Order: sequence, then C-alpha cells, then structure tokens
Amino acid sequence: MALIVAGGGDAVSTSVGVVTGLAGRFAAIRGGFGRRVVIALPYAWLAVFFLVPFLIVLKIAFSNIQLSMPPVEPVLTWTADHVLQLRVHFSNFTFVFGDRLYLAAFVNSLQVAGVSTLFALLIGYPMAYGIARAPGTWRNILFLLVVLPFFTSFLLRVYAWMGLLGRSGPINALLMYLGITHEPVQLLQTDFAVYLGMVYSYLPFMVLPLYSAIEKLDLTLLEAAADLGCRPTKAFFTITLPLTKEGIYAGCLLVFIPAVGEYVIPALLGGPDTLMIGRVVWDEFFGNRDWPVASALAIMLLLILSGFVLLLQRVQAQEAEA
Amino acid sequence: MNAAVTAVGAVPQASPAPYVRIDRLTKRFGDFVAVRQVSLEIQRGEIFCLLGGSGCGKTTLLRMLAGFETPTEGAIYIDGVDVTQVPPYERPVNMMFQSYALFPHMTVAQNVAFGLKQDGTGRAEIESRVREMLSMVQLDGYEKRKPHQLSGGQRQRVALARALVKRPKLLLLDEPLGALDKKLREHTQFELVNLQEKLGVTFVIVTHDQEEAMTLASRIGVMRSGEILQVGTPADIYEFPNSRFVADFIGSVNMVDGRLIEDEPDHVRIECAQLGGIVYVDHGVSSPPDAPVSVAIRPEKIQLSRERPEQPDNVLQGVITGIAYLGDATRYLVRLPTGFVLRVTAPNVFRHEERLQHDELVWLQWHSSSPVVVTR
Repeated sequence: MALIVAGGGDAVSTSVGVVTGLAGRFAAIRGGFGRRVVIALPYAWLAVFFLVPFLIVLKIAFSNIQLSMPPVEPVLTWTADHVLQLRVHFSNFTFVFGDRLYLAAFVNSLQVAGVSTLFALLIGYPMAYGIARAPGTWRNILFLLVVLPFFTSFLLRVYAWMGLLGRSGPINALLMYLGITHEPVQLLQTDFAVYLGMVYSYLPFMVLPLYSAIEKLDLTLLEAAADLGCRPTKAFFTITLPLTKEGIYAGCLLVFIPAVGEYVIPALLGGPDTLMIGRVVWDEFFGNRDWPVASALAIMLLLILSGFVLLLQRVQAQEAEA
Repeated sequence: MNAAVTAVGAVPQASPAPYVRIDRLTKRFGDFVAVRQVSLEIQRGEIFCLLGGSGCGKTTLLRMLAGFETPTEGAIYIDGVDVTQVPPYERPVNMMFQSYALFPHMTVAQNVAFGLKQDGTGRAEIESRVREMLSMVQLDGYEKRKPHQLSGGQRQRVALARALVKRPKLLLLDEPLGALDKKLREHTQFELVNLQEKLGVTFVIVTHDQEEAMTLASRIGVMRSGEILQVGTPADIYEFPNSRFVADFIGSVNMVDGRLIEDEPDHVRIECAQLGGIVYVDHGVSSPPDAPVSVAIRPEKIQLSRERPEQPDNVLQGVITGIAYLGDATRYLVRLPTGFVLRVTAPNVFRHEERLQHDELVWLQWHSSSPVVVTR
C-alpha cells in the first residue's frame, strides 16, 4: 500500500509538471553551478522517492510469489554452481490479462474517474468563475472556503460522509421528514456514494487551476467580443472557454489521475460490488499477499495514466503550433 | 470669450442634426462623479478628440458611448436613435481598445472576421471583406499569423481592421497610438486620418496626448474632472483657450497673474506684478474691472532682440538664463528684473546667425493681439 500511494502521488506531481511545461523549461536552462543545483535537487528527490521505489515495484512485478519475507523470489540469484541467474517471470502479467476481473476493475476505475472528473468540471467551472469574478474581499473568503477542507484529514472527511449517508444519517432523516420517502434509502455502499465522495474530495483540485486560469483572463477581450456583436453566452464559449483551456486540462488531470487509483473512497463509501483497481491492488497485496500480481497491476495502472498524460501533452503541443 | 466654435471646413457634409448627441450625461461610481453633465454634439464624418489627463472622465465617456458603462443620468443618441440602454453587442458602434484586445487564440483573419461572423454574414462575403480590410491596413499575407507573432504596430492595425470591418456608424478609439514608439506614431497618425477620410466613418478618439489630439482631430473637447471645459478646432483651443487650465494643458505657455486696470471695448490694460509692467491687449475682455485675471502668452509669440523695439507697449527687458538648441527652434529662459522667468521660443531662420548668448541682456516684445486673457 505504502509503495502504491507513493507512486500515485508522484504520478500526480509529474503530470502537473508536464502540464505547466516545467520539465521543458528546466531543459532550456543552461549553465551556472547554482542553477544546476536548483535543477538537480528536484530530480534527486524524484530519483530517490519515485524512481527507486518504482524500480523495486518493477522488480517485484517480474518475480514469483514465494513463502518468505518478503514474499517474493529474488530476480537475481547466485546459484550453487557459481552462475548469476536472472529470472524474469511474465506470469503475473499473463495472469492479469487472463482474468476478466482485472480488466473489469481497470475499465470500471477509468469510468468512475472519468465521470467524476466530468462532474467535478461541471461543478468546478462555475465555482471557479464565480470566485474569480467576485469583488476583492469576497474573492479571498471564497477562495479560503475552497481550501478549507484541506485543514482536516481526508480520511476524516470520507468518514463524515459515511455518517451523512448512513441509514440513520441526517440526509435520510431529512428525506423522511419531508415525506419523500417512508423508510431509509440505501445511499451508502452504492456507486452514487462513490461518485459523490470522489467529486467532493477532488473538487478543490479542479477549482484551483481553473480559478487561476479564469482570473488571468483579460476582461477587455470579453468587452471586445461584446463590442463586435457577440452576446455574453456566445462569448463564453468562443472566448472564455478556449482561453481557459489550460486550466481545464490541468484540473481534469489533477482529478482524473488520483481518482483512477483511488482506494479509500470506494472502500469506505462503495458497496461490495464496487470494483476499482486501487481496491484490487490492496486486496492482492494485503489479502492474498501476492506482491508480484499487485505490483504488475500497479505498473499497468502507471502505464495507462502515463498514456493519458502523453496524449494530452500532444494535444497541447498541436494546439500551440496551430 | 471664444468658447465652443463649431468646426469649419472639417465636416464634409455638415448635416443640420448632429450625428452623435450626448445629452447631459452623468456617470457616478458610488460617491465619485466620473462624468458630470456632459453635453456634446458630433457631426457625421468628424474626428472628435476627447483630451484630458488621467482620471478626467474621458475614458468613462467613451465607454458609455460603447455601452460598457450605463449612464447614471442623461442620454446618448446616435443617428437620431436613443442608444442609452442598448447593450454593446447591439450598438452600431465599434471600439479600438488601448490594449488592442486581440483574441490571442485566433489568427489575424479570424480576429477580423469575428464581428462579421456574429452578424451571420455569408462566408464568401466575410472572406472578401476581411481581405479588403487587411489590405487597407497593409497586412496582406498576415492572415494566418497569431497576435503574439506580430509587432506592436501590426497589432494596432489588426485592431483597427477588426473595428472597421463591420462598417460601424461610429468608431471609438482609446489612446490609439499610445502603445507605439514615436516614429511609428507619426506615421500611423497620418494613416489613421487617411483611412478615416476614405471610409467616412465618424471617429471619437480619447487621448491624453495633446500632440496626438492636435494632429488627428477636426475638433477637440478638453476635459477635466468629468466636465468638458472647451470644445473647438485645434487652432481654437490653442489660440483661444477659455480657461487657465486649457491654456496650460495645450502646448507650452507663460501664465501670469494680473489685474484689470483699464477695460475698454477695443482694448484692455492689465497690470502684471510678475512682469513688472502693464500688458496691453488689443481686444476687449468681459470681466468686471479690478478683477483678478490671468494672462497667457505662448513662448513662440514673444520675440527677442538686442536693440530696443520701437513699439510702445508690451516691451520688457531681461537676461537669458537658459538656452536649449532644438535644431528647428531654440528655447530660451529669460529672467525679468522681477525675478519672473519667461519661456521664449525662437525659430532658427538663418544658418549663420550671431546667436543670443547666456547672460546676455535682451529685449522682449509681443504683438498686442498675442496675450490671451482668461478669467478662470
């Protein structure tokens, strides 16, 4: 679990780097010892806390399960007849591809993350727009309110939703009081609860990049559009939306990537049939003690997410050229 | 005095009814009055310039014409139609923004076509009008460029093309030359006037730069603290300012305080302590006797000489304390016995000339029609 969480976290930070083009800018900076140190430090950090753990996970993914501690066969062994033996097992991957359960978990995770991202965007954009256009003092207050949830533990907030959504929770109590229903509705342990938890938890990650993109937008452009005969609604779609695209990309990535590998929310709010890859990895790792399969799944998740990031980067590069 | 003088000759087809009529327009932002009871009439085909320092309300007035600000009181009529409450996207008015406000995600052609697209103009017509407009501002071949790939002057021309392509009844220009360097400004200034003459569109220009106003405008309205102080042709404003502020704001001027001691219909005499003498002016002034007045004398209207001039009035003596040779003219600072320093500009007519020297004692004189007497 610890390994996977670390991997997931770094995937997010690298993707943000890609989105803002930081990596490219780093490559462009040359010369100067001080500069090199400044550039080397984050890379050293990434090497120690991302690359090394990743290589360990990669190694485990290509080894076999074994009853020992750690419960994996070593990849490199020194045999009795003085031969250095490298054994790379692909069985974990063939096993994962062979079982429909894993494929279903991947598809379901992507779907849940995709839908959650879409809803976060639909809710987050008006929020970010409202905050960016609010008068001075209000803007700071509203901005603080978006960040405020981070002051408490993420786990605690998910637990709070369990209480809210439970059969005897306030939401059901309200529904019954209003006479909408006569007996408690099953809210907890449903897909609805998972989506709700996802959108709730990741909304700030959507709002913040959107806010900074919308706030940067030059309002005289909208005046120019109006001056040229463009109605406000149309101006939103032809001027505001295209010019805040970077914020949309960044926000969607920041929500989508952690949402795909999310473990806590489906585990606590989802039902037994909510199949998500984060939960499957956890089960393989701790339940089955099958580290190799868990690692293979983690590697595949990483590949899929890298694919998304690369795709987006290409789209952005093409737009920049056009 | 010579207040609002209607433009002469500058209006091609002067129609009796004004094309743009601003009627007692007021705009308040909270307690602050940005524009106060402004009434103004602009003729068709005119280049009208609103001139004033920052915060004088000229931009607010322009934004009300564009429809970005709603007047607190008053009305705006364009071509006889009350547009006071019409939103900007329905006004027959286009604006060229100070920052140009080009859409950064669109090409030059898309920027220019934007306004036509909003009207549902046909594709073929959009294309031909965009091409025509771009060639008019000499940007053929730049259709596919993005704004960030253009120089400042090119961006300015795209903005102009974008604002003109819809053939607006009125074009508003907010500091149109403000972002250009000096050389380009001078060039663009004349281009702008040529284009305006060619298209016959009425221009309203906002600027803080008096030189820009003088070269572009057929009439100028000088503004201060939300009010229009004087409206007139550039020559009117320069030669016949109606107040201290206008005289001081436009061009360089020597402003001295005085007291009316002789007030006849055909001439006045004003005692000026700062000059240590009496100024004789060959026209009447409508002001009560003994009233404090100001006398404004332009530096180029004062002549310097080594010999005492023959004219009886308006002659002083002083010492040159500063010389700035500018090529076409030389600026002198001349200190009078009273200690007051007058600015004098003299054209350099001859190449070989025994120029006046520092610390030289000289005579100053001006024609009795030159001083402008202002009472406020």
